[in-house]
Amino acid sequence: MHFIINGRDVDVAVDTRTSLLALLRDHLHLAGTKLGCNQGACGACTVLADGERINSCLALAVQYQGREIVTIEGVGAPGTLHPLQQAFVEHDGLQCGYCTPGQICSAIGMAAELARGVPSFVTEDLTAETIDLTHDELRERMSGNLCRCGAYNGIVAAIGETFGGAAGDTSKREAA
Amino acid sequence: MSVVQDAMQALMKKAVALAPDQWIPGGEPDPLIGHKHGLIGASISRIDGPLKVAGQARFAAEFPLEGMVFAALHYSTIAKGRIVDIDTSRAQSAPGVVQVMTYRNSPRLNPTPPFMSQPKAAGGDSVPVMQDDRIHWNGQPVAVVLAATQEQADHARCLIRVRYAAEPCVTSMAVAKAAGTEPGVFQGEPLKLEIGDAEAMLAAAPHQVDALYTTPRHNHNPIELHAATLAWDGDRLFVHDASQCVDHVAWSLAQVFGIDEANVHVTSPYVGGGFGGKTLWQHQILAAAASRLAKRPVRIVVSREGVFRMIGGRTVTEQRVAIGAQADGAFDAIIHTGFVAMTPHNNMPEPFILPARSGYAAKSFKLDVETVKLDMVANTFMRAPGEAVGTFGLECAIDELAVQLGVDPIELRLRNEPERDPTTGLPFSARHIVQAWRSGAERFGWHERSATPAARREKDWMVGLGCATATYPYYRMPGGGARITLTKDGRATVSISAHEMGMGTSTAQTQIAAERLGLSMEQVTFVYGDNRLPGTVLAGGSQQTAAIGAAVVAAHRLLVTELLKLAGNDSPLAGLKPDAVGGLDGGLSKLDEPDRGESYASILGRAGREEVTVEAEAPLPLELQHWSMHSHGAMFCEARVNAVSGEIRISRFLGSFDCGRIINAKTAASQFRGGIVMGLGMALMEETQFDERTGRIINPSLAEYHVPVHLDVPEIEVTWTDEPDPHTPMGARGVGEIGITGVGAAVANAVFNATGKRVRDLPITLDKLL
Repeated sequence: MHFIINGRDVDVAVDTRTSLLALLRDHLHLAGTKLGCNQGACGACTVLADGERINSCLALAVQYQGREIVTIEGVGAPGTLHPLQQAFVEHDGLQCGYCTPGQICSAIGMAAELARGVPSFVTEDLTAETIDLTHDELRERMSGNLCRCGAYNGIVAAIGETFGGAAGDTSKREAA
Repeated sequence: MSVVQDAMQALMKKAVALAPDQWIPGGEPDPLIGHKHGLIGASISRIDGPLKVAGQARFAAEFPLEGMVFAALHYSTIAKGRIVDIDTSRAQSAPGVVQVMTYRNSPRLNPTPPFMSQPKAAGGDSVPVMQDDRIHWNGQPVAVVLAATQEQADHARCLIRVRYAAEPCVTSMAVAKAAGTEPGVFQGEPLKLEIGDAEAMLAAAPHQVDALYTTPRHNHNPIELHAATLAWDGDRLFVHDASQCVDHVAWSLAQVFGIDEANVHVTSPYVGGGFGGKTLWQHQILAAAASRLAKRPVRIVVSREGVFRMIGGRTVTEQRVAIGAQADGAFDAIIHTGFVAMTPHNNMPEPFILPARSGYAAKSFKLDVETVKLDMVANTFMRAPGEAVGTFGLECAIDELAVQLGVDPIELRLRNEPERDPTTGLPFSARHIVQAWRSGAERFGWHERSATPAARREKDWMVGLGCATATYPYYRMPGGGARITLTKDGRATVSISAHEMGMGTSTAQTQIAAERLGLSMEQVTFVYGDNRLPGTVLAGGSQQTAAIGAAVVAAHRLLVTELLKLAGNDSPLAGLKPDAVGGLDGGLSKLDEPDRGESYASILGRAGREEVTVEAEAPLPLELQHWSMHSHGAMFCEARVNAVSGEIRISRFLGSFDCGRIINAKTAASQFRGGIVMGLGMALMEETQFDERTGRIINPSLAEYHVPVHLDVPEIEVTWTDEPDPHTPMGARGVGEIGITGVGAAVANAVFNATGKRVRDLPITLDKLL
């Protein structure tokens, strides 16, 4: 089977039952993508497939042959961190660090959804051309990524600062 | 324990209580308390942050080993009885399967030493692991499959067929209570205390509240699943574990396998959340036993369902809280009694009376935790065991009394502020709760609250404010030890078998060591997470910072002594005693004459030494018997309840804490907020649903056990007094657990203020408000 992971071609034969998550963690040792529930409930396994965020635990690897997969290892490494990763460090948007790669990949996918004008449950005007990243929009859109340490405030601050909008502005955030 | 031993222990306790302060650890304040503008208290990003945000911090299930196989577990479906037949033939012949282990072929193992039974015991329960056909709870592992891949192991596990002979089981609280209860024993002392005749004082008091509060079972649910990667080399066992107690796990595994403790090596550099649950459970033992049988390294990752089945959580409580008071609010009686469930195989009587023991002055007390034994997975410690749920009952009752008296609930609490510990009579080491209440109330805008319930409405939303006291003790457990190595180039390594599961341990400890040694953080390396390092430090009871601190203080004193010896008579330091010098700017200096000093490089250079290494143990934690040592917080909540649907949203929350000196403003704020978030979960949604007919947990997943998500959590404001505790290392007390305490009550009290409805049964779900 042929995969494109973080811009590199990977050829590997795996059991057809193998999830994309297991392919990454167990077979390719890309352990930055995390296993938290194996049923799409926690978001720790979030990766980007052709730029869209998916729960890799619910995806069979065979379905993703030939598609562009980006994992946390492809987002940035110490020394060359992505601005969002840097913002997570500065705003302490993490504690144990286990849900963190999923939060970061999810936020990158979320920003792209917002840029495409995809509405959410809390969007007031479903026909609006552009949607602001308000505090509520950000929190609603990130609610598929659980953080049991409760670093949510820092995560929201980091994403808001990186992707702009009202959520990046503390004064507006408090008014929201 | 014999009568003589009891008497001796009581005498010792009295002697420690009455001893002069200077004989007690913390009697002389840690010199670091005086450092005002250095690294202590600074807001510093966690040093392992870049690794974690890049997904490069390695957790227990992320170490590949040569020839490793994957494990899957099969769980019992009855609560009590025995296995009549277990057919593993299809599993054994399934593709990729290397080994199927049941009680029939398991290596002989000794019983697991349960937590608190011995100093380094780590077991969740004492049930022998897969040694016979007996079933003790619904969900007990009955078979282990090892296969070349996880998919093969999971598939083969499905092919196992078990026939059970069920026996009568006790899985109902009511049935168990009817059969009789036993007083809980916690940390060697009964959870039973009577001062005066509280029932009579209550009956005679002009004002009374008396109600039943109930809290359900909870599961820790760290996002990292319980996991281990392990291998045998002859009689030596190596384990990459997800652990908050590497030394305890190593010692306990040694007992189970009948091998020397020195032959067990446990590492746990990063832990993906613990909250009390990441100790020793059956999965590490089963993986090690199966590995021995198969002669292959094993990786075990317990499934999320498996975590609910075999890792215990917080138990269920039924609490009666009654308070008798005078018209001015002074408490005549505090009664906090009730029932908790545990099992025949563990001893963790959720000590919900702890907050009432030291929180308020009263003329009489009656406190009692009675236990019943159920056939269920052994319950265990979960964030602020006792206080998390005990403050729900106590702090709701105080709010109810304030309503009855027509007194502001903050004012009522302050009127009952004790001068000394109300049940032990010990002096407080430091208590600034009044300051925390005043500053918190000011920042939160408490004065805007209407004392009349259901008075504020914004469209469909009823809005209310509530408050509660948070509290958690200062603990320091015996066993702290540390090694410091200082090299000629002025770099130091501090080594201790401590843990990082999100608290920011390495960051805070690097700050402390750098400040103590007079070095920069870049010059200090903190090494931890390995049982071969000095000390035995449990990451629990919010004690790690103090336990490490006391060990490092002891090692540092040795280091200074050693350096002064090496410095000799040609040094500006000549003739000075160790107590008179400290670390400053890369060397030692006289404390009250900073210009009189010499650099580490110069001292070691002249002595012809490349490095100096010292190792020391912390003194016994006698301070805990000499002072009453507690942290506090004032918790404020704004709740909005939808008048149509009953939906509850928390729109504001503020925690104002008195936890001694804060080491790192950034990571401490995260600890406080994290505790509050878990408290919001406890208040509004968390419940492990236990089927009392079958003893089976029926919501074993993160889809059905709800924890707070982004949209449930508002901006949480945290603030602190930063008043150092003069009797603790660095003046600090722990901050990991207090955040969850008081939150349930603050939410319930805010919901009452919003709606006029008093919910005394957690979680406060919308159906209870309609």
